[in-house]
This record gives sequence, structure tokens and C-alpha cells, in this order.
Amino acid sequence: MENILLKINNLSKKYHNKTSEIKAIENLSLNVYQDEILAIVGPSGCGKSTLLSILAGLEEKGEGTITYNDNYKIGYMLQNDSLFPWLTILDNALIGLEITKNKTKENIDRCIKLLKKYGLYEFRNQYPNSLSGGMRQRVALIRTLATNPELLLLDEPYSALDYQTRLALSSDMYNIIKNEKKTVILITHDIAEAVSMADRVIVLSKRPCSVKKEYSIILENKLNPISNRKDPKFNYYYDMIWRDLDVHI
Amino acid sequence: MSTFSKEHLLYIKKVRKEKILVHVTQFLIIILFFLLWEIMAKKNLINTFLYSSPSQIIQTIISLIKQQNLVNHILITFYEVILSFVISCTVAFIIATILWWKKFLSRVFEPYITIINSLPKVALGPLIIIWAGASMKSIIVMSLMISLFITIINLYQSFISTNKNYITLLKSLKASKKDIFLKVILPSNRANIISTLKINMSMNFIGIIMGELLVSKEGLGYLIMYGSQVFNINLVITSIIILGILSLIMYYFITYLEKIATKNRQVKLK
Ligand SMILES: Nc1ncnc2c1ncn2[C@@H]1O[C@H](COP(=O)(O)OP(=O)(O)OP(=O)(O)O)[C@@H](O)[C@H]1O
Ligand SMILES: [Mg+2]
Repeated sequence: MENILLKINNLSKKYHNKTSEIKAIENLSLNVYQDEILAIVGPSGCGKSTLLSILAGLEEKGEGTITYNDNYKIGYMLQNDSLFPWLTILDNALIGLEITKNKTKENIDRCIKLLKKYGLYEFRNQYPNSLSGGMRQRVALIRTLATNPELLLLDEPYSALDYQTRLALSSDMYNIIKNEKKTVILITHDIAEAVSMADRVIVLSKRPCSVKKEYSIILENKLNPISNRKDPKFNYYYDMIWRDLDVHI
Repeated sequence: MSTFSKEHLLYIKKVRKEKILVHVTQFLIIILFFLLWEIMAKKNLINTFLYSSPSQIIQTIISLIKQQNLVNHILITFYEVILSFVISCTVAFIIATILWWKKFLSRVFEPYITIINSLPKVALGPLIIIWAGASMKSIIVMSLMISLFITIINLYQSFISTNKNYITLLKSLKASKKDIFLKVILPSNRANIISTLKINMSMNFIGIIMGELLVSKEGLGYLIMYGSQVFNINLVITSIIILGILSLIMYYFITYLEKIATKNRQVKLK
């Protein structure tokens, strides 16, 4: 197998408030391999965002161990783009470098190169409110990439967008991620999105979540998220995961 | 900019026309008001001893300048307002920042600030005069009592209602509290801060006039008080009208500051 980048062992997490205690994660174990796109799907409210927040260092981890090379940087992309309306596109893209005090000439150039490569350079001096939802989301991804993280955590990055834009953007994002050779954990509600983008899909159980199933997505002709949807084996994975999720209507 | 279509030029023309019409109407209303007032006074429809008249007001202004040093009174009021505005903004900003920074302190002090803020400050007037003396100091303290707490509350509220996602984003980048404050809290609340300044300015105006009424030594508030004591309605109404003009000037001053603040942003657009 490839290199393990991140290893989670028996992770548990509880939230406390005055009246009760909510178990969000229980005995969750999984590995993340170098350069893969790992999609995580699970029922609503099962604890997916909690898992990412813990990995991003925004939440205390509770019990269990997370083994991870400290030198690796993590880039966390939130559910909405959270672009700062008072900053230009360029300044937004550079905010990570500014906060981490890495705003060197070299890093700025790299960020500008990313903007150029993904068709956003001509908008660099505009403000976010003049951009479409899809463009904003791409800026948010470039902002995340600007600090050059090894591992990207994406929490439902397109959930705020309409279907057309989502499709186009998922293929854009896929190209960006693969070009820049990043390891990605992608949380999504959308089974089709998971199967078409990911190398592996992990299905979580209801809250408190743990790993219920794991699939390596092996398609006959893996190209890009849009053509993958027409692959003969696509429906097979789709149905399996659908059944695992056990959605009651 | 010559690439605008004909429709667009027409549209701009229409907008401009409307704007002019609004200004002209506003001006006419004021003129009409004073004209009616003057006519009613001249025809003895109102008692000028009680209600004064525009021509008497002008006479009063001229004699005030000559005898009572009107300019001095105006300048004193103006100076007091600006002074307490600056003190109140600075102190409120520092306290609101501390409260935001230390959650514990904000939880401890919130009820106290709320209580002090809801207290009718005029009730404190006599005490303030006893403690601080019948001087400008009392007037400033009075004004601060009125403006400070509401400004703290407004600033603090806007600080804590900042979009949580922006903060999460910075936290995921391991930002320090200082970075969060400077890079998110302040810039995202720019509009709130400016509107708080506007409120603060009018609060200080109220406070200063109230203080001058109480202390009754100098300033426009004093002129009003003095005028009513000697039953010189001309003096009272004249002072009130000057006050109105003064507050208009201050309002435009703040609006001007606001324009400068937003202009800095527009420049980057180029
Ligand atoms: N800060 C918190 N304090 C208390 N409970 C929380 C907190 N954050 C999340 N929870 C609870 O933990 C559980 C898991 O939440 P989480 O946001 O991780 O779910 P999710 O799988 O991301 O849901 P969704 O699919 O809706 O995005 C939920 O029941 C939620 O109410
Ligand atoms: Mg979530």
C-alpha cells in the first residue's frame, strides 16, 4: 500500500452542555494515504464536521489517537467560502500566508500563479461580491492551497451551489487537487459526488459515528468527475453506498 | 466612460434630476416655514413675545454677537462636544475591546453596564455637580455618562456578532487573538463602528447641552437656561436654532469621515 499520511485510532468525542452529553464520534479508526482523495459520507448530523474540526485542530480530540507528521500542514476549507467582503480577491487568497507570516515573495508568486492558472487573475482586484458562487468557491480553494498544505480538509465545499455549478466546479476542483498533488479528505452529502471524485469512500454510521463501510473506487476508465458518472461501475458503487446509508423516506 | 449606452445616460440624468428635486424641495420647505412664521408674526396671528419671529431672531443674533459674545458660547459648546466625543470614543473602544478579549470580564461586567446605561442620567446631575463642581468638568462628565455606556454596548455587540465562519477560518490558520481582532473583527465591523460613532456624537450633544443647562455658566445650553430665566424667548429660540445648525454641521462632519473611510476602499478597485 501507499504511504499512510494520517492514522486515526479509536477516536471518540463527546460534546458537553449543562443538561446533556452528546456523543458525536465513537471508536472511529481510519487511515488516510498520501495523494488520495478520500470521501466521507454519512447521515446528517452523524459527526462528519466534528471529525474535520478535530483534524484541523479546532476542537479537542477526546479519546483515541491521531498519528500525524507534525511537519505536514493542513488546509481546512469550510462549508461556505467565507471570503472577506472587505478584501480584494488577491488579498483574500493571500490571507493564509499573511496570518501564518509566510508572505514571502516566493509564496505570493505561487499564489498569483494559482490564480492565473485557474482563471481568477483578472478578478484579483475585485471584491468577492462581484464574483459568482462557483468562482468564489475556487478562490476559497486557492486561499487554502496558498499556504501549501499537504492535507486538505474539505467540508461539503459545494453544498451552497446549484447543481450545474457543482458539477462544473467538482471537475475544476478535481483537476486543481490532482495537479497540485494534494491529499484530500472530502466530506459530502452527495453519493454521486463521492463516487465520481474519490479514490476511496468511507461510509459512516449514524451518530455517534464510526466507520461502517469502506470502498476503494475502481472504475473501468477513471478520467474526471463528469465522465466517471457514466462509467459502467459507477452505479454499482452508488447503489451499495445508498444501501449502507439506509436512508428512510 | 464614454461607452455608456443612450438608455444609461438617460437613466443617470433621471437619477440626477430626482436628487436635485429632493434638495430643492427640502430648501423650499425651510424657506416656507420661516416665511409663514414671519408673516404670522407680522399679522399678529401669533404672539411674538411667546413665539418670537425670524426677523427678531436675526436681530437677537446680531445683538448677541455684539454684547454677549455669541461666537464664544458656540465655540465652547462645540469644543465640549468634540472633547467628550473623543474621550468617549477612545474609552468605549478600549473597554469594548477588553470585554471582547476576556470573555470572563464581559460576563462579570455586563449587568453593571446594562444597569448604568438604563439609568436616567439627568438624575445624576446634582450629584455630578456636587462632586465635580459647577465647571466644564461636570459638563463633560455628564456627557460621558450619557454617551459612554451605550457606545460600549453597541461596539461590544457588533464585535461579538461577527460572522463566526470568518473567525473559524482564521483559527484553522492558527491565528492569534490579536490577528483575529485586527484582521476580522475590526474590518468586518467597519459600518457598525461608523454608525456607532454617529450615535455617540448625538449622545454627546445631548449630554453637553444637558450639562450646560445644569451648570449654567457658558455655552449654548447656558444661553437657553438664561433666556428662560429672564423670559427672553427670542434668546431661547435663537439658541435652539443655532444648536440645530451646529448639529447639522457635526452630522456632515461624520458623514465626511465616513466618505473618506469608504474612499480608501474604492481606490483599491482600480
Ligand atoms: N459545538 C458543539 N456543541 C455541542 N454539540 C455539538 C457541537 N457541534 C456539533 N454538535 C453535535 O454533534 C453532532 C454531530 O455534529 P456535526 O456537525 O459533526 O454533524 P455532521 O455530520 O457534520 O452534520 P451535517 O451532515 O448536518 O453537516 C450533532 O448532533 C451536533 O448537534
Ligand atoms: Mg457538517
